[in-house]
Amino acid sequence: MNRATLVRKSLFRKKVRAILLILSIAIAFFIFGALGAFYKAFNSGVEVAAADRLVTVNKINFTVTMPLAYQARVAQVEGVRNVSHASWFGGYYQEPQNFVQTFAVDPETYLIAYDELTLPPEQREAFLTDRTCLAAGRALANQYGWSLGDRIPLLSNIWQQQDGSSAWDFTICAIFDADDDAVPTNYAIFHYDYFNETLAFNRDQLGWLIVSTTDPALNAEVSQAIDALFANSPAETETTTEAAFTQAFLEQIGNIGLILTSVIGAAFATILMIVGTTMVLAVDERTKEIAVMKTLGFTAPSIFAMTLGEVFLLSLLGGLIGLGLAWTLVSLAAESLAGFIPGLGISLDIALIALALMVGLALLTGLLPAMRAMNVQISTALGKL
Amino acid sequence: MTEDLRQDTLYQLDHVSKSYTRGKERVDIFTDLTMQIGRGEFIAIMGPSGSGKTTILNLLGGIDRPSAGEIAFKGQRIDNLGQGKLATWRAHNVGFIFQFYNLMPTLTAIENVELPLLLLKMSGKERRRRAETALDIVGIADRAGHKPRQLSGGQQQRVAIARAIVADPAVLMCDEPTGDLDRESANSVLETLQLLNTELGKTIVMVTHDPAAASFAKKELHLDKGRFVEREALA
Repeated sequence: MNRATLVRKSLFRKKVRAILLILSIAIAFFIFGALGAFYKAFNSGVEVAAADRLVTVNKINFTVTMPLAYQARVAQVEGVRNVSHASWFGGYYQEPQNFVQTFAVDPETYLIAYDELTLPPEQREAFLTDRTCLAAGRALANQYGWSLGDRIPLLSNIWQQQDGSSAWDFTICAIFDADDDAVPTNYAIFHYDYFNETLAFNRDQLGWLIVSTTDPALNAEVSQAIDALFANSPAETETTTEAAFTQAFLEQIGNIGLILTSVIGAAFATILMIVGTTMVLAVDERTKEIAVMKTLGFTAPSIFAMTLGEVFLLSLLGGLIGLGLAWTLVSLAAESLAGFIPGLGISLDIALIALALMVGLALLTGLLPAMRAMNVQISTALGKL
Repeated sequence: MTEDLRQDTLYQLDHVSKSYTRGKERVDIFTDLTMQIGRGEFIAIMGPSGSGKTTILNLLGGIDRPSAGEIAFKGQRIDNLGQGKLATWRAHNVGFIFQFYNLMPTLTAIENVELPLLLLKMSGKERRRRAETALDIVGIADRAGHKPRQLSGGQQQRVAIARAIVADPAVLMCDEPTGDLDRESANSVLETLQLLNTELGKTIVMVTHDPAAASFAKKELHLDKGRFVEREALA
């Protein structure tokens, strides 16, 4: 037997109580892990946004289109290195529930703008030259089992062709990856020209501009210049950094950060009270045993350390079980949600924050009972020797 | 005091007083108490309730400190040690045996015996070996893996005795060690204490109400109104 055994046996002196406490802590950490993973995945767009990338949208709303001619005019603004554009296609594959994030883009400038996307030279060439090519991201291709050469019809629930059809035929000629796992590859891109020339309505319009500046320090200046260019026009613009644009898009769903903090905060506040109260009671009910240990020669600091150790063990056991459960669930969900929420997983920083929370929880709930244990008076607790 | 006498003296109490404050009232348990306890003695302290038996045991065991006077153990003062040093001193020098055994309910008999050894520097194997030996000395080695609730009162007290002697302390403090036992078990426990005194040379200070238990000691001290009245035991 050693002190660790003593701590473990003290914690499990009432097995049912210890297990229930561990379960409550596990639930709090499960919520933290699972919600944290979703939050992180939702915000990955903000994190991977390039510093020198701006997004220009219609001032009314980012779903309202703008004239195609804007691309050339923005390219003339001083400090602009590259201008690309994209339009929302809103596609699905075979059935409406098989949602496919698809964008009609200007291929050459798009690949310059998003240089973090990687694809073999021959596939890059094929994408640039073949107007019916669909370049699919690796996650999307894996989701539907697509491979190079596959002919894929994609249907749009927004757009129609001049012949009344809402289906566009594509050939998979490129599958792109990203040089960073956090960069999503759960979408597909194709030639804007192929899209534009077949459209039944809203031709020569684009969804948004992706503007690369020559220096991130010029972002504010360039943004103002672009918006000034189209001031008082039928389609005024609003230019922001890509990170701010992504953040604003996410906030349309709701303040996810606040929701997450509130839910986790409530869970942890509850756990704090439950564990804190229970540990105080657990120490009080064995005052006599603590007094005996002190009589045998255990010093007050060692009693303090062992009681705190019990709470640490409790917190770590519950926390790791909860985090493990969250990891299992998130890993299972990540496969089926790869098309919607790429990069879903419990990252190292979530795990590290969880560990810090376990330590914090143990300290907050353990300090009071540990101090009470440390201050037990032998003669008072034993009544007599 | 000659060198021989100093070597034979385990405890030396000089002009020791102890008082408590109860509300606004000061209660003197005893005043100006001077006494010696020699090595290898087996003393039974008797006396009416409230006579200060437990207080004297607390002072000798380093659990409490006197209000005035000095207490020396093997020539070294212990009354002026801080709480931490006093705890370490207890771990090395004193074994405690309680009326209600006070074993840790979550630990097995052998783990209970190992408990004081966690405070000494030794390997896990050495701890286990010494705990097995202590259990063997008190004749309960066959119950090593049992939890306290699986043992009778007499067996629990034997485990408590093993716990008290496992660190090889010079002195054992026993507070009504047979107060919760039937006569047969009580005699068996007292015989064990007697054996520890005669064979292993342990100095034993035992508080008891029971004259039959006191008869196992070499010396009886009757505490009355803060004063000791000594008489040699008949046994």
